[in-house]
Amino acid sequence: MSTLEIKDLQVQVQTEDGPKEILKGVTLTIKDGETHAIMGPNGSGKSTTAYSIAGHPKYTVTGGEVLLDGENVLEMSVDERARAGLFLAMQYPVEVPGVSMSNFLRTAKTALDGEAPKLRTWVKDVNGALDRMKLDTAFSSRSVNEGFSGGEKKRAEIAQLDLLDPKFAILDEIDSGLDIDALKVVSDGINAYAAREGKGLLLITHYTRILRYVKPDVVHVFVDGRIAESGGPELADELEANGYEKYVSTPAAGV
Amino acid sequence: MTVTETAESAVSSALEQSRVESHLNPPASYDLADHPVPTGREEVWRFTPLKRLRGILDGAASTADLVREATLPEGVTLSAISAAEALALGELAPNERPAALAAANADGALLLDVPAEAVVTEPVVIRLSGSSVDDLVWGRLLYRIGAHAEVTIVLVHSGSARYCAISSFLVGDGAKVNVLSLQDWDDDAVHLGRDAIRVGRDASVKHTSVSFGGDLVRMHANVEYAGPGGEAELLGLYFADEGQHLEHRLFADHNAPKTKSHVVYKGALQGKGAHTVWIGNVLIRKVAEGIETYEENRNLVLTDGCQADSVPNLEIETGEIEGAGHASATARFDDEQLFYLRSRGVSEKEAQRLVVHGFFNDLIRKVDIALVEDQLLATVEAELAKNVLKDDA
Ligand SMILES: Nc1ncnc2c1ncn2[C@@H]1O[C@H](COP(=O)(O)OP(=O)(O)OP(=O)(O)O)[C@@H](O)[C@H]1O
Ligand SMILES: [Mg+2]
Repeated sequence: MSTLEIKDLQVQVQTEDGPKEILKGVTLTIKDGETHAIMGPNGSGKSTTAYSIAGHPKYTVTGGEVLLDGENVLEMSVDERARAGLFLAMQYPVEVPGVSMSNFLRTAKTALDGEAPKLRTWVKDVNGALDRMKLDTAFSSRSVNEGFSGGEKKRAEIAQLDLLDPKFAILDEIDSGLDIDALKVVSDGINAYAAREGKGLLLITHYTRILRYVKPDVVHVFVDGRIAESGGPELADELEANGYEKYVSTPAAGV
Repeated sequence: MTVTETAESAVSSALEQSRVESHLNPPASYDLADHPVPTGREEVWRFTPLKRLRGILDGAASTADLVREATLPEGVTLSAISAAEALALGELAPNERPAALAAANADGALLLDVPAEAVVTEPVVIRLSGSSVDDLVWGRLLYRIGAHAEVTIVLVHSGSARYCAISSFLVGDGAKVNVLSLQDWDDDAVHLGRDAIRVGRDASVKHTSVSFGGDLVRMHANVEYAGPGGEAELLGLYFADEGQHLEHRLFADHNAPKTKSHVVYKGALQGKGAHTVWIGNVLIRKVAEGIETYEENRNLVLTDGCQADSVPNLEIETGEIEGAGHASATARFDDEQLFYLRSRGVSEKEAQRLVVHGFFNDLIRKVDIALVEDQLLATVEAELAKNVLKDDA
């Protein structure tokens, strides 16, 4: 049994005018086997949540905790968090010129497993993962994300998810910039991962479209750095019909 | 990965650059009186710590020499010639004091001869090594590559010396030449080198300068054209450690129409007092219509206390050009790149290692000399081991 617990997480970023509070106390718990979706309007703090859990240096955690199977993730370095079993598919995957995908993937797999993958099966595994994402195997000799189209970057993130096989995956807007065919390919990849034994998934999205293919167990509505409401999959349908207006346009008055 | 970046691709912006009295093209002369001892304030000397030249510019006579070991494929010859013969062959005259001193003080010259139409598949390798920085060595080399010949020439400098050399590459029409000069000196060596290349009509030349070792290395790579259609690719790779001064000065003199120059130099710096200088001068003369030029210098600063100077300089005397551009950037490690790699479990040091190798990889591939490729990768790795990968770093 694995659990990812986010408790009252509070996060700031440094701005020109001093620190700015972005997460104002986020609490949620994901157990293995579960898929949670976070939905919310632009700027509500979805990416901040994802990056803070992964340990991006830009974000300062000012309160709360994140526990992976009871271990305090916030005390770990970025790479320790990954080795503990966390994975973040980024909204904007970073280009690393001159570093081939295959070299990068092998280095990452070696770091995660503590030993180099077996050469013969590894090449097959990499090609298989690329193939499942409908990426030509030539991608493995290209520089990490360099010159990939927006959709190719997203598919490459899921190929990594497939290969690196973390305990918990946080996917930040994996669906943005994908056409409908690519969305299906990516969704199949996510579902295949989620179907593996002992995996938990946090799916961050702005749109309900992907939730037709990846079925969440729990949906959280994110507004202004907090979870405004949590519910079952039906909450996504409601958002589909009514949007976020109910959450954002209601002034504090009358509450 | 850029902290400061200037990139210009438009000809118009380059045209606006001020027309100061050109220092790009000082008069070539063998007369030492035309090349006075510099004070350090001159534009061409202002980045160079003159004291660390250890008196080379005084021009003392010396008979010391480097030990030479040459691998000469069939058809290629290496022979001693007189100074008069060097001049008669069309040696490219010095336009700076060190080169003039080398011409004046060297005992004759060495000529590497590649006959016309020879297609030499194995690289020519010349290894020059010194035994002590106390030795002052004057070098004078000519490379004559006949018309339509194809050859790769690798020059390796190692050991220690105070070495000051003038080299001329006379490239015949339609020839294809790939030259690499590797400065792999011991820590205390001083090397002042001038490589000048005359590119024949429709010839193509690749020249790579790689500097890792030495206390002070200051290399010129100058290109001019003997006719239209010539192409020059000038590449460079350097890795400066604590206290090292590595300076590379380029000059592409577009003195003929339809010529091309493409310059890419990349360097990394680590350790206190590591200093690199890159000067990229391009002159497009009035006659040089329809030329293309691009120059780029990128520096990756790995630790505090380093300085990378980078000065692209384009002077254009004609408006009728195909393209002219330059880019210069000096940056530290990109946090986003490191975060991305580390978020996949890769340790911080390993991530830095990947990024630095990535920074140099495309350049090493462009050098396109199998013989040195592994060595260059291994040297980059060894340089990284000094700092980035050190346990307490
Ligand atoms: N350096 C910064 N300076 C000021 N504000 C910042 C800074 N970094 C982030 N923010 C703000 O933090 C808020 C949350 O950003 P975040 O990226 O988490 O939103 P999001 O929910 O992922 O939005 P989107 O749907 O657009 O991806 C935004 O209002 C953003 O402008
Ligand atoms: Mg976002």
